[in-house]
Amino acid sequence: MTKLLVDNKEIEIEPGTVLLEACLRNHIYIPNLCYLPGMPHPDASCRLCFVEIDGKVVPSCTVKVNGPMRVKTDTPAVRKLQQSALRLLLSVHEVDCANCPANKQCALQEIARFLRVGLKPKGLDRLLKEPSIVSDHPFIDFYPNRCVLCGRCVRLCRTKEGRPQMNFSARGFNTVISFYGANRESMPTCEECRSCLKACPVGALVLREPARE
Amino acid sequence: MHEISAEEQQQIAVCIGAFAPKRGSLVPILQRIQDEFAYLSGEAMRKVAAHLGITPGEVYSVATFYNQFRFHPPGKHAIKVCLGTACHVRGGEVILENFQRKLGIREGQTTEDKEFSIDRVACVGCCALAPVALLGDKVYGHMAPSKVEGLILGIHLEKERQEREKAKHESNNS
Repeated sequence: MTKLLVDNKEIEIEPGTVLLEACLRNHIYIPNLCYLPGMPHPDASCRLCFVEIDGKVVPSCTVKVNGPMRVKTDTPAVRKLQQSALRLLLSVHEVDCANCPANKQCALQEIARFLRVGLKPKGLDRLLKEPSIVSDHPFIDFYPNRCVLCGRCVRLCRTKEGRPQMNFSARGFNTVISFYGANRESMPTCEECRSCLKACPVGALVLREPARE
Repeated sequence: MHEISAEEQQQIAVCIGAFAPKRGSLVPILQRIQDEFAYLSGEAMRKVAAHLGITPGEVYSVATFYNQFRFHPPGKHAIKVCLGTACHVRGGEVILENFQRKLGIREGQTTEDKEFSIDRVACVGCCALAPVALLGDKVYGHMAPSKVEGLILGIHLEKERQEREKAKHESNNS
């Protein structure tokens, strides 16, 4: 076991554990969206899980604990980066919580509260995508303007299926999740898997009603 | 969906067959197919996926990442709107929007009658004329919304004139 000091709290953890995971397990909350336990190469794409180690700010999902270290999760530099990242995410997010199935269990709402960032950030244009609902999956609807592009669904689909049925498509502001070429024959396991639906931190993937046929 | 003829199927197979069935061949194959057909059809992407042992979704994912690939056959009159730095500053975006609204399609798409397609390009090399649009190979500088109307109207009139002449010709012959 390795000891580390996080915000002056001493925690013990197995060597080789991802720092973010170590903190979360010891009830030290670090905002995160794209992290999935057990992934060999974390994307570190949400830019929210920053911590400060010896004065250096790093995403904690990319750090493995291999010896004693001093970690701070609440420094001005860390918070500033996290708040900027969240504000940018919210600027491409359709904030219509009342009509969103993820309302009150949404990771974005939770993180916004934690970081004290308003859901409608000032000073940034809101860029929304067209169309607002994509229905190229037999029974899942995708809402591009709710999606935070964390990629958890894509990575899970890839690990579970081997041949991913969902992918990122396009680039930059136009990036969306796509089920291109997907149909019932090409993904017989979709019906019972539903990992993507469960993994979505927001309400971007929704079972279409009626769910079957 | 555009119909793919048996001959085109054959052509696609030839393009794909020239490359080893490994992931690294994906972009070169797509480039070859686009060279041949000027766009990537759904059928072509499915065939590429089968050759490489990946899903059509993965092919689509890679293809949409690059600006060089298009997914609709170019129209008879290919419109290219420049959005390079100079044209961007002089309102190229407005010109693009005007073309899109006038023709009822988005960039990268082709009208139903296959007459027009719209694409955005980054710098045509005549920034002094910004904002610039190309119709086929012909460059139109100092574009303005009224010129967009004029260009499209011009093409429609020209088409009508040709049709009239053709009809006249036929009636003369008969």
